[in-house]
This record gives sequence, C-alpha cells and structure tokens, in this order.
Amino acid sequence: MSEQLVFDRPQSVIDRPTHYCPGCHHGVAHRLVGELLDELGVAEDAILVASIGCSVFLYNYLNVDAVEAPHGRAPAVATGVKAARKDKFVFTYQGDGDLASIGMAEVLHAANRGENIAVVFVNNTVYGMTGGQMAPTTLIGQRTTTCPSGRCLEHEGAPIRMTEIIAGLGGATFAARASLNNVKNIRQAKKYLRKAFQCQIEKKGFGFVELLSACPTNWKLNPVDANERIKTEMIPYFPLGVFKDALDEGGAC
Amino acid sequence: MSKQPERIFVKGNEAVVRGALAARCKCFFGYPITPQNEIPELMSSEMPKSGGEFVQAESEVAAANMLLGAGACGIRAMTSSSSPGISLKQEAISYMAGSNTPAVIVNMNRGGPGLGDIGPAQGDYYQSTRGGGHGDYRLLVLAPATGQEAYDLTIKSFDLAYKYRNPVMILGDAILGQMKEAITPWQPEGIDDEAGRDWALSGAKDREKRLIKSLYLEEGALAGQNKNLQKKYEDMQSYVEYEEFETEDAELVVCAYGSIGRIAKSAVRNLRKQGHKVGLFRPITLYPFPSDALLALAKQGKKFLTIEHNLGQMVDDVRLAIRTVADSDFAPIYPGNLPIPEDIEGPVLEWLEGK
Ligand SMILES: Cc1ncc(C[n+]2csc(CCOP(=O)(O)OP(=O)(O)O)c2C)c(N)n1
Repeated sequence: MSEQLVFDRPQSVIDRPTHYCPGCHHGVAHRLVGELLDELGVAEDAILVASIGCSVFLYNYLNVDAVEAPHGRAPAVATGVKAARKDKFVFTYQGDGDLASIGMAEVLHAANRGENIAVVFVNNTVYGMTGGQMAPTTLIGQRTTTCPSGRCLEHEGAPIRMTEIIAGLGGATFAARASLNNVKNIRQAKKYLRKAFQCQIEKKGFGFVELLSACPTNWKLNPVDANERIKTEMIPYFPLGVFKDALDEGGAC
Repeated sequence: MSKQPERIFVKGNEAVVRGALAARCKCFFGYPITPQNEIPELMSSEMPKSGGEFVQAESEVAAANMLLGAGACGIRAMTSSSSPGISLKQEAISYMAGSNTPAVIVNMNRGGPGLGDIGPAQGDYYQSTRGGGHGDYRLLVLAPATGQEAYDLTIKSFDLAYKYRNPVMILGDAILGQMKEAITPWQPEGIDDEAGRDWALSGAKDREKRLIKSLYLEEGALAGQNKNLQKKYEDMQSYVEYEEFETEDAELVVCAYGSIGRIAKSAVRNLRKQGHKVGLFRPITLYPFPSDALLALAKQGKKFLTIEHNLGQMVDDVRLAIRTVADSDFAPIYPGNLPIPEDIEGPVLEWLEGK
C-alpha cells in the first residue's frame, strides 16, 4: 500500500520555527489563516496588516505582503490599504490589548463603516508580549502582573466582550467567537474564519472572528491546564458562537 | 493668439486641494478642525470624482494611520489637519518615517499650546522640522506664503515624497488657509503613478513578498536603518528653496517664513520707501533649511533679525546656519495676535535705532 500524505504545511505558511512559547495558540491561529488564504485562493492578493503584540512577527511566518501598524491602529491602516487597493484581500491580526484597549476606536469605526476587511482577534486575556499585564479581557479574579491580587470588578471594571459589541454595529457583516483549546473548537474556528474572509471576497463588508487562546507562560499554567482553563473559565464568560451573520442577506448596511 | 491661463479665486485650503488633485492624489483621510476644514470638505466631493477615495476618519490618529496604509501601497495619499490634530498624527508620522513610507501631511498651524485658538500661528515649527514624534527622523517641510505657492508646493510635495520615500509636511497657517486670492492652476506633466513599483504592497504575485515595517530587533539592524535614514536626510540637503528680497545692499536681513514672510515683504517695501536698507530672507523649505544661502549673506557682513509668529523657533536654525560669522536677533509676534506689517516694521526700526 502506498503512503498518503494527509497533513502538511499550507503553502502560505513559511517553513520556519516560530518564536512562540510552548502551548501558545498564536501558531494554531496562524496556520488556520494560512490554510484559508490557500483554500480561498487569495494568498497572492493578500495584504496583511500586522499589529503590535506577540504576533507582530506574523509577517515572518506568512508568505504575503505586509505592513506593520502601530499598536491598536491596524484597522485604520487596513482602511488605508483597502482605500488604496480595493481589489486586494486585506486583513488584520490583533491581540486583545491591541484591539480591545488602545485600538478600541479604530476597530469599532472600521467595523461601523463596514470596511471590506477581515479582522482576526486573538483573545488570551493578557498583554502577552510585555509580560502578562492586565488586558481589557482579563477575567474577574484573574491575577496578572498589574493586578496581582486579581482583577476586581469595582476597581478595574468587567472584561470586555468584543464580539458582542462588534455584532451590534450596523456595518459589521459577520462576527463570531471561537476557541482554540481543542480540535473540535479549532475546526469551528476555521469555519468562522472562512465566513469572515468570504465577506470580503464577496465584497460584503466587515468580517470579525475572536479566537479564545491560551497564554500558558503568563497564565503560569502548563499547556494542558491552559486549555482546560479556556473551557472552565473563559468560555463561560466569553460564549462561543455566531453573533451576527448578514452574509447571506447581501452584507450589512 | 494663445489662451490666457485660467485664474481662480480661492482660499489657500482650496489651493492645496486643487494642487493635490493636479498631482493625482488618490486617497484623502481627514478629520474636522478649524482652520483647515475646507480641505476635507472639498476632498469629500472631489476625490470620488477623480476615482479616488475619501475617508472621514474617527480621529487624527486614525487618519494618519490610514495614510500609512495607503502610502505603503504606493498610492499618492494625503491628510490634513491643524495643530492639535497634527499632534495626534505624530505616531503614524514616526512609523512612516521609520518605514520609508511616502505621504503628504498638511498642517494649517493655529495658535497653541493646548487648544490655543483658531487663528494663525507658527508654534509648530520645531514639531515639523525636528520630526515631531519619537525617534531620530526628519520630514521634508515646505512652507508656502501665498495661495499660488500652496498650489505649487502641494504638487511638488507628492514628487518629493516619492523621490525620497519620506513623509512631506506642508506647513501653512490660518492666514494661508483662510485667505482668498487669485491663483493660476497648472497641470504637471509626467507624473509616475507607479513610482512605488519596486517596493509597494500589491500582493505577492509572481514575486517575493514585501514588508513595510519600522521594527528592527536583530543585532545591528536598527543602527543600519538609522544610518540609511541619515544618508537619505543628507541627500535631501540638496533640495532647498528660499526667496531673497532686496538683500543685495541690505544691512539688516529679516528672516521670516510662510505668511509672516509675506507680511515681512510688505514691511520691507514700506521701510525701503523710508530709505532703510533692509531685506528679506524667506526659507520655503524649512527642512532642509537653506543654511548655505544664509551663510553667504552673513559672510557679506549683513546683520539678521528673525521674526516669527511664535516665541523663537526658526531663529535657532538661522543662528546655526550663520554661527561661524554672525548671529541673529529675534522678535516675536505672539500667537493669538493677528500680525500686520507694523508688527514687523516696529521691531526692525527699533533694531535700526539701537544698532
Ligand atoms: C503605543 C504603544 N504602547 C505600548 C506598547 C507596548 N506593547 C507592545 S505589545 C503590547 C501588548 C500586546 O498585547 P496583546 O495585544 O494582548 O497581544 P499578545 O502579545 O498578548 O498577543 C504592548 C502594550 C507599544 N508597542 N506601543
């Protein structure tokens, strides 16, 4: 019987080791993006707008044109890229500090304008790159280096549910939340990402997918326990699912 | 008989828009702030007409970052604002400078600091000519004094942005932006819309992928990038523009730029009528600064009085230019006051009496 290769590196993903910590989900998210760029046939038209965070080096891992945006500004930079090159496939990839804190205005307004771009949002409940400080998505009671006794509702406010906010905006066409903690959820994540990308390909507007992701290093957990934490602590607060899907209705207006 | 070139009667803000359209600007990103509102307002209707894109951004922060995105694609793109908004654009301007991204930024300078007022001022000279944001970088800075120059220099700014792959700032003020006068539009020839063909982002089809970035973490990489930028700024030094008026026999040369330079010209005319040997030196490029031309005047033994609509900023560059042979005195026009020729004639006469 001849051997059959059933799993390989997507063409759009460059063959090099990543700088990510063991158990980090950025690599999984990168791969999903790479697979879809290939499957949807948009890799040669793709322009990545990289953000500031652990994933800033995404441009070293994906074989596509890229520009590096200042912290939080990726949706604004992507707006400019799309204005300049309407025929290209433009997407951002942002962490929760980047998107939900310093870049809140940029993502909301890009979504609300119905920019024909896709946003991949990696929520790991901390500022990973700078050493695990509190993020707008840090859960109540979660300890970080800037809330060492745990995030407190009275003092720091409640964690922000971005997908629900995006879904509430007129310009958003697709908004969904998935998780990368197990194979089943990863497959669901890919389906959502495909839809978000499809919005742009069909010129139907803003596609947004939040990916609940592990940061074992800053959570001070091993990778297996980090996956478990997503299930027991994150998903109950950040429910998975589609929060808006206007793709079949011809897009948002 | 050849046709007379058509003249139009417009505000400086409109002259900037007309110049940008003639230069085939294809993307404009704006945000309202007085005294530059006519620029985004007019762009909102004119950009779509010429097949371009207009976006009213959610903030100046976002507008400048949109500019970064469009510039990275090698498209002729522009933003405009006035002082408080320009402060907000500094983040993206620094990234553009750090990633060799061409773009045009217009500042119709108003009074500061803080919210200041909506009248003319020149308080943003340092910010414009020293980079303005974080890091060691420079912008090309052009300072028009008239509506016609606003038109001409806007056209030129796009060429320069692409020639040097660098952000270019047009530094006007509320006088330039708001004053209406006749200008003669003209259409530049030979614009290269594909000037970014070797580096701009367009999708990695049949070529290596491209990356526009300012992060350099590898050993020695950032030092190399800073060296490259420095080399570019040295190359830029050959591009200077200035106006000299009645300097030949002048004992005292007034140094002033932009609208104040124009008012100073009237003052020099008035003072000449009274028999005073005064002249005007008006830098048109503020960076690079026309140091050699000033030094040449200094070497002829002339004295200098710098007058600005601020508390003394360009005077530093004048002093640096002539430091080996001369010095410059300074007279401020306070931001908040609307300048008239007497504001310049006064300090000049005082200087002449006290010499
Ligand atoms: C204007 C600005 N402020 C702060 C920083 C420092 N900084 C770099 S990455 C980062 C946080 C990124 O966290 P997140 O977006 O959650 O992504 P992660 O690293 O967790 O993937 C911060 C605050 C910066 N680069 N620029």
